[in-house]
Amino acid sequence: MFLGLLVCFEIRQTLTEGFAKRTQRLPKSSDDNQENFWRIMDTSTLIATLALLIAAAYVMGRGRSMELADTSQGGFRNLNSLPFYYGMLTALWCGIPSLFLVGVWMTMDTSVIDMLLIKQLPEEVAAMPKSELGLVLNTIKNLAEGNMLGSAPEPYMAQAADSLKRLTQTSQMAMTVLAICLGMLLAVFSWFRISPEQKARLQVEGAFKAILLACSCLAILTTVGIVFSVIFESMRFFQSVPVSEFVFGLHWSPQMAIRADQVGGSGAFGAIPLFVGTLLISVIALIVAVPTGLMAAIYLSEYATAKVRSIVKPMLEVLAGIPTVVYGFFAALTVAPLIKDSGTSAIDFLNIQFEFLNIQMSISSESALAAGLVMGVMIIPFVSSLSDDVINAVPQSLRDGSLGLGSTQSETIKQVVIPAALPGIVGGVLLAASRAIGETMIVVMAAGLAANLTANPMESVTTVTVQIVTLLVGDQEFDSPKTLSAFALGLMLFIVTLALNYLALHVVRKYREQYD
Amino acid sequence: MASAPENQKTIELVNQNLAKRYRAEKRFRAYGIASIGFGLLCLLFLFTDIIGKGHTAFLTTYVKLNVELSTDALDIYDVNDPQQIAGADYQGVLKKALRERFPEVTGRRDKRALYGIVSSGAGFEIRTLIEQQPELLNTTLDLWVLADDDYDTYYKSRSSDEGAYTGRFNEKQISWIETLIADGAVEKRLNTTFFNAGDSREPEQAGIRGAIMGSLFTLLVTLALSFPIGVASAVYLEEYAKKNKFTDFIEVNINNLAAVPSIIFGLLGLAIFINFFEMPRSIPLVGGFVLTLMTLPTIIISSRAAIKAVPPSIREAAMGIGASKMQVILHHVLPLAMPGMLTGAIIGMAQALGETAPLLMIGMVAFIVDVPGSISDPSTVLPVQIFLWSDSPERAFVEKTSAAIMVLLGFLIIMNTLAVWLRKRLERRW
Repeated sequence: MFLGLLVCFEIRQTLTEGFAKRTQRLPKSSDDNQENFWRIMDTSTLIATLALLIAAAYVMGRGRSMELADTSQGGFRNLNSLPFYYGMLTALWCGIPSLFLVGVWMTMDTSVIDMLLIKQLPEEVAAMPKSELGLVLNTIKNLAEGNMLGSAPEPYMAQAADSLKRLTQTSQMAMTVLAICLGMLLAVFSWFRISPEQKARLQVEGAFKAILLACSCLAILTTVGIVFSVIFESMRFFQSVPVSEFVFGLHWSPQMAIRADQVGGSGAFGAIPLFVGTLLISVIALIVAVPTGLMAAIYLSEYATAKVRSIVKPMLEVLAGIPTVVYGFFAALTVAPLIKDSGTSAIDFLNIQFEFLNIQMSISSESALAAGLVMGVMIIPFVSSLSDDVINAVPQSLRDGSLGLGSTQSETIKQVVIPAALPGIVGGVLLAASRAIGETMIVVMAAGLAANLTANPMESVTTVTVQIVTLLVGDQEFDSPKTLSAFALGLMLFIVTLALNYLALHVVRKYREQYD
Repeated sequence: MASAPENQKTIELVNQNLAKRYRAEKRFRAYGIASIGFGLLCLLFLFTDIIGKGHTAFLTTYVKLNVELSTDALDIYDVNDPQQIAGADYQGVLKKALRERFPEVTGRRDKRALYGIVSSGAGFEIRTLIEQQPELLNTTLDLWVLADDDYDTYYKSRSSDEGAYTGRFNEKQISWIETLIADGAVEKRLNTTFFNAGDSREPEQAGIRGAIMGSLFTLLVTLALSFPIGVASAVYLEEYAKKNKFTDFIEVNINNLAAVPSIIFGLLGLAIFINFFEMPRSIPLVGGFVLTLMTLPTIIISSRAAIKAVPPSIREAAMGIGASKMQVILHHVLPLAMPGMLTGAIIGMAQALGETAPLLMIGMVAFIVDVPGSISDPSTVLPVQIFLWSDSPERAFVEKTSAAIMVLLGFLIIMNTLAVWLRKRLERRW
């Protein structure tokens, strides 16, 4: 209940403050703060009032049930449920609808007020295209907030600002009055309905279950939200750029030309270089992580004593707990220069020693190798703990049988344990691959921005996630293909990781040997 | 039964290969040890690298100057007017002190370089001093003032093996700072700015307090939302849900969300919260929403494990003495499962604390100087601050970044230790 209160309060708070912040990042003047403060106080007092009302409803409902039990026939025994449930029922009747009303009102009121405002504007202004209209609305809102703009506002704007202030106030007042009235009305209604025969417990438990169900449906809602937000924006992107060009195009340069004669603004959206770059870095990461992780898991579960295991395993898992931004910093500032310096001196050495080789290779300071290596280190514990689980799940009798036939321990592992655990290991590797593909911060910090189509790990490549970040960080307008292409990339990323996860699950389920 | 000569032959064959097989065994074992060694070496390398780069940031360089705090030089006519005290020209006094310290410096460009010895924020320190002790006005005293980041880096790297990092310095600048050092007028002190200030373009004035507060507010929102919702859905799935298609669907969704890359949650936040609901960018509230959605699967999965670990006999006993389903859950199952669920929540929070990518999407990457005071103030978080600083060209930011990483890792270590401790302390074996 209180959680709900908190959330509603905060949503309101941000919505009211939103416009000022979005349009003006400068430190706000004190008057402005004052005004916002009062508006927040309005909502917070409303919420506090509602909370008090709910508490009162609980006490009253509980009191009435006890009173009824006392006055009618001897004590609680004749009540259908404990007094707690009657109180709870009254409180629920009072709280849920009114809080729901407040929540809906707060999400809707800005758009309704905008609509009303647009109706009041002069016709030629209201007929403007959407983006310009948005600008006008922003100006009006700034005026209403008391932020003076450089030039004097046009008269219709000042008028509109006044009416915006009025509308906001009216909306706020209406919401307060309606919510409190609704809460009181329903509380009184359910208070009157309380009787010893009423099955309060069943109703409260039903509501409890419904609330729990709603919470677990949030997972579905999130998935739906992801799918819809990504697909919806991608569809808009594919209206301007054909799918085939996006998926099979060899050239990526999302800078759109604003003028026709602009240089470098080709606006090419061929994502193949990004896919290749992602693949290259992920493959390097897996080449590092899979053998290391697998061998570490084998050693820990087959050879190491319990004591070594209990020390080493958590230490390896620390690697998984380090934030990716730390790995990114490490890759960009330590590993990449190291690779560049040592690689360059190695090439120089070779060229001097064996002049006929004449290697012409330069190592980029944002090489795919650096990002891939560090990402591989990050994934080691992921691979090792997943393989550890499946290796431990192989029954001891298999090992005993193999050892009894005279094979050495390593032969047992190679020829019995690993084949038995293979589906699980493959599943783990697939999950690790999905992890590597979706990894963002390491590549953002250590890989490059240039979309080179190359398989040379010494060159700089870019990845899907890097492009999503570069396209979406900062201010962006939601109708240019440049911004929308990030969502199309996101869609690709989502599909690929989902497919990999599904495949991993499928491999594990289908090919798992059942030893029991 | 095999005949004797054949037996002999098998044994010979085995013996022939035995040495080779033992060597293979040893090799295999060595691969295992090498892999573990590689992993641990990487860990060690990472930590020593970060600590080696970052430990210097906890100290900062101060320069001693003989400053004349005369009211004339400060442009103060009325000592009792707080506005005049606040607006006085403290930087000018410092410049004058520098000119007097190095009278041989002439020429506009050299003078400007000379003024660069002290930080552009040093004036504020003197202002605070004067505001606290107005009696210092019209006195001349030796003051330790914050040095500029270039001199700070130079002074710190002086004693290193590679020699001092001179960067953009020319001969004159080096000679000034060397004179000051020879006079004992340069000193390293504990860097309180780093813990008390918000972000800044000047490395010596930049601090992580804003980022820490932003992280705190974001995590508060995340915890307040994801823990109750996660526990509620775990309770539903474990205690109420019937085995049917719909329940399966919920479970598939939760498991999928656990494996979705975090940046996708950032896209969701951008499209739904910022674009559709028109919430403001860069605020901890929206960051908290996004991180809630991201950490929910972790919390649901660990809470379910904790609820599953409560033996059915407890439920049956409670039901047997007449408790309703809700009473069984609220009075018995949840209290018993609480330690496990709290452990899961702490691990989820640690994950949220280190997360960067989704927060970049919702604009928590802006340059924000003010320390945020509520969940609706624009702010940044610690990992994003690390990302921002690591992009800065100034060399002095490298040590700041590493120090911020040390602080972040410190928080993570504390949280994970707490989780382990909680599990050991409170977990019950049935």
